[in-house]
Parts: sequence; structure tokens; C-alpha cells
Amino acid sequence: MTNEEIKQKLTDKFGELVYHFEEPYGMLTFETETNNNLKVMTFLNDDADLAFTFLNDLTAVHYPDNKGKELAVVYMLQNIKKSIRIRLKVFTDIQKPDVFTASNLYSTANWLEREAYDFFGVNFVGHPNLIRIMNVDEMDYHPLRKEYPLEEQTRTDKDDAMFGR
Amino acid sequence: MKQNIQLPEGSMEKQTTTLNLGPTHPATHGVFQNILEMDGERIMDAVPTIGFIHRAFEKIAEHRAYYQITPLTDRLNYCSSPINNMGWHMTVEKLIGAKLPKRVEYLRVIIMELSRIADHLVCNSVIGVDTGAFTGFIYVFEFREKIYEIFEEVCGSRLTTNIGRIGGFERNFTDLAFQRITAFLKEFPKAMKEFETLFTRNRIFMERTMGVGGIDADRALNYGFTGPNLRATGIDYDVRVAHPYSSYEDFTFTVPIGTTGDVYDRYLVRNEEIWQSLSIIEQAMDKIKDLDPSVFHADIPDFYLPEKADVYTKMEALIYHFKIVMGETEIPVGEVYHSVEGGNGELGFYLLSDGGRTPYRLHFRRPCFIYYQAYPEIVKGMMLSDAVVTMSSLNLIAGEIDA
Repeated sequence: MTNEEIKQKLTDKFGELVYHFEEPYGMLTFETETNNNLKVMTFLNDDADLAFTFLNDLTAVHYPDNKGKELAVVYMLQNIKKSIRIRLKVFTDIQKPDVFTASNLYSTANWLEREAYDFFGVNFVGHPNLIRIMNVDEMDYHPLRKEYPLEEQTRTDKDDAMFGR
Repeated sequence: MKQNIQLPEGSMEKQTTTLNLGPTHPATHGVFQNILEMDGERIMDAVPTIGFIHRAFEKIAEHRAYYQITPLTDRLNYCSSPINNMGWHMTVEKLIGAKLPKRVEYLRVIIMELSRIADHLVCNSVIGVDTGAFTGFIYVFEFREKIYEIFEEVCGSRLTTNIGRIGGFERNFTDLAFQRITAFLKEFPKAMKEFETLFTRNRIFMERTMGVGGIDADRALNYGFTGPNLRATGIDYDVRVAHPYSSYEDFTFTVPIGTTGDVYDRYLVRNEEIWQSLSIIEQAMDKIKDLDPSVFHADIPDFYLPEKADVYTKMEALIYHFKIVMGETEIPVGEVYHSVEGGNGELGFYLLSDGGRTPYRLHFRRPCFIYYQAYPEIVKGMMLSDAVVTMSSLNLIAGEIDA
């Protein structure tokens, strides 16, 4: 099964709801509408030919300049028999970062979504236990967003302007 | 004593105990906390809490140049840090499109397989310790020490190795390093056989491990298991075979699988993988004999730090050194995922580059973070002592879970 065939199957099924097909370094990457992610993943999971039954990885990325679509949730699915990986992205508004949870489909997603919530504040709708996983519960921000610099801003003893930190 | 379980109306009152297993319990081999709900000695429920040694590597990586991220990867699975280091190097090499000489790839294979042996040795001998047999642990740990001596000879450090560079190794293997590898290949099988004789058909060990901590293949796949834990359930998914890297396709080896996915099967799969790793190292040692012994890095001056002596005497080397350290080299914009078969599963690096000095975003797919979430399901209904054995057989490494 080639990337072209997967792309064909997806466009046959979802038409214009799946778009931006790319193949960076050989891995088929595409986007879908925010509220369509579960439908696409269920199709990829259930279709006997595609059989992307293994959620390899799930993470989020913050693009502050992408107004209205600041947060990307990146799913990486794998057909474990044929060793094919694909990447699915959904973009969501940082003001209302609601994305449907994949944890009912893949148990893997449970903690990975908690991690994405913890660090980026993506609100996974329907998640059974969406609480922070790494950071303390009292934390009131999502530290991997780009607006938070790495080092404490009150420090004056370090001048790293030269090194672009 | 505290009552935590909601019973239906009219049922008999029953008291359960909440027990904190960890975070610093000697039986957990790392910083793990499990809040167990116990009925006598039986586990009714478990809630793992993690993050005790979270160090925000993904955030730090967004502020570090590519060559400075290697030491961060050391601290993920610190039982086999060379695999992490090389996984990272290969990710960057994939991004910049570097082609490596065969000798470098084979040398990497040698180091990676040595660290896989070290990783599996720790895990399997610790299963022995947790079932009450300390002897095996003592027998094989001498050889883990010998593996660390090889690392020491190659890169100068032992546990958190920071081995290699983007494009190859920082220096060539010395004769002593090769002698140590040869000596290891010669002496280790004897100790390994002794170790297997102690455990594999040992009645007590079998009683303690067979049928304990099992998970079936469907659930394991659904939970994202990889590595020996997945193979113990009967699925032959190995990144070295499914998505070959570093010339693994040139080697002949078998991927051992189990059937029940219990502690005993995991133990057997790891033991067999140690033998396979030994055979891979032997093949690699054979293969590099015919290759130019002076090659130890790729010819990519834009990314590979030149030798220090050259920096002081040659203009080009000085320029490249300056450009690499100051982050002036052109890194392509791109989106890369690369994974390697780590000691306990598929270790992946999802790297987003915007062409800057540092990654735009770097995500580590840490195998034990992903499969540790299956732990409550596995231990439910088990005895406490079995839960401890299950934990050590899953090869959970706190540094990797918490990143």
C-alpha cells in the first residue's frame, strides 16, 4: 500500500474534509477539520485494508502566529503489519482548544492526551481523566506554549543575547 | 485505613486499605508512586502518579542547538543511553539528509547492541532480585561493568554517555576498545549461560513469574506497547526490522516472540535478544574488518565539529567550528520522525525544524511512558508481591517516563 493509495482512500471517503497532503521524509501527512478527527481515525482504524490500529505518538505544537489555529494536535498512526506510518494533524483555536479525545479508540492516547493538556492546554473533550500528568496540579499555565521563555525573566545576571536564547 | 470503594446499597460493608507503593520504595527501582487500593494482600485498583523527576527536556530542547541536545537524551533511558544518543543523531542526520559511511553505521550498531545487552541484563537480573534470587544479579553485573568499560574507552564516560556526534563518532575506536569488545564476546556467553541455568528452568522462578502480569496482544497493541514487552505477547514488531536504520538490514538476526505476554515470557524474550545482539555484534565486527579503519564520521563539515587541533591550525576548520557553535549553519526546514529500537521499545524523536538554531519543537516518544499506563489494568486482582515483579519486568525507567 503506497501513500498515494491511502490518500486516494481518504479523499474518496472524506472529500474536502481532509487536505494539505504532504510527504515530508516519506511519511504521509495531512490535516482535517478539528471536529472531524475522530471520524478520520475511526475510518483509518476500522478499514480492513488501512488498519491503522496502532497509535504511535500524539503530541501538540504551538504556532503563536497562526491566528485562530494556534494549537496543532499531531497524531501518528501506524499499520503495524505493513509498517506504514502516517501523520494526522488538527488545528484548534487557543481560546477554545477543544478536540475530541482518541482515548476510546486507542488506550495509548490516555496519557499522551493528558501530557498534551498539561503542556499545551488542549482540552480533549470526552477524556476520562483530563488532569495534569507531569506538572503539579496547582500550576495555572501550560508551560510548553511559546510565550513562556525557558529561563526566569527576573534574572539579570545572565546575558545570553549572543547565543540567541 | 480508609474506605474508598463505593459499594451498592445493601451490600456487606468491606474495608479496603489504601497503600502508597513508592515514590521511594526499594522495590520500585526508581521514582514511581502507585496508590494501591488493597483488599488484604490483593490489589483492587492502582493509580500510578508520575512526574517526580520531570525535567522539561522538551522545553529545554527548544532552546538548545542541535548538538547540545544529545546530553538531554542520555537522561531518558539511562540504562541504555547510547541508543538514545544515536537515535537523536540519526534524527538530525535524516533532517539534514546526511549519508553515513558503512563503517560508522556498523560501529553504531556495535555500540547500540552492547547497550541493549546492558539494558536487558539489568532488567532480567532485577526480576531475579525481586523474586528473591540475588545471585544471578551478581553474576551478570560484572559484564555490564565490562560494557561500560567499552563505552568509557570509546567516549570517556560510562552511564550518561553523550556518545558520538551528528555525523559519526567524536573519535575513532582505539585498539583497546576493539580488544575489550572481543574479550567481552568471548567471556560473556559463559556467564549468560550460567545466568540462564540459574533462572530459566528454576521451579521457584517459574512459579513466581508464569501467568503473572500477562497482557494479551490486542490490549498490548491498543496500549501502544513496543519492544520486548510487545514481542512477549506474540507480535513480532521490531523497529530494527520494520523501519531499518543504521544498516540493520545488512544483518541476520531473529526477532524472538513469546505467547502469553507474562513476566516469564518477557524474561525469555529479553534473554534471547541478548543472544541475538551478541550475534549482531559478531557480524558487525566481521564486516568492519574489510572497511577503511580510518573512517569514523561522515564528511559533513557543516555539522560535524572539526578536530580541536585543526581548529587551532586550519582556517576552514576554525570557520566551521565557529559556525556550528554559534548556530550559523543552514538547517533545513522540515518535519521528521525517526525511531530506534531502544532497550524497552520504540524510542521516537518527532522533530520540527523552522530553520533556526534550535528545534521548533521536539517530542520524545518514550516507550515506557506509553506502556506504563497499562500497569493498573495488568496488576488488578494480583498479589502485592506479584505487582512488584511485574513492575520490574516491564523495564520501567523513571527518567524515561518523566522526560
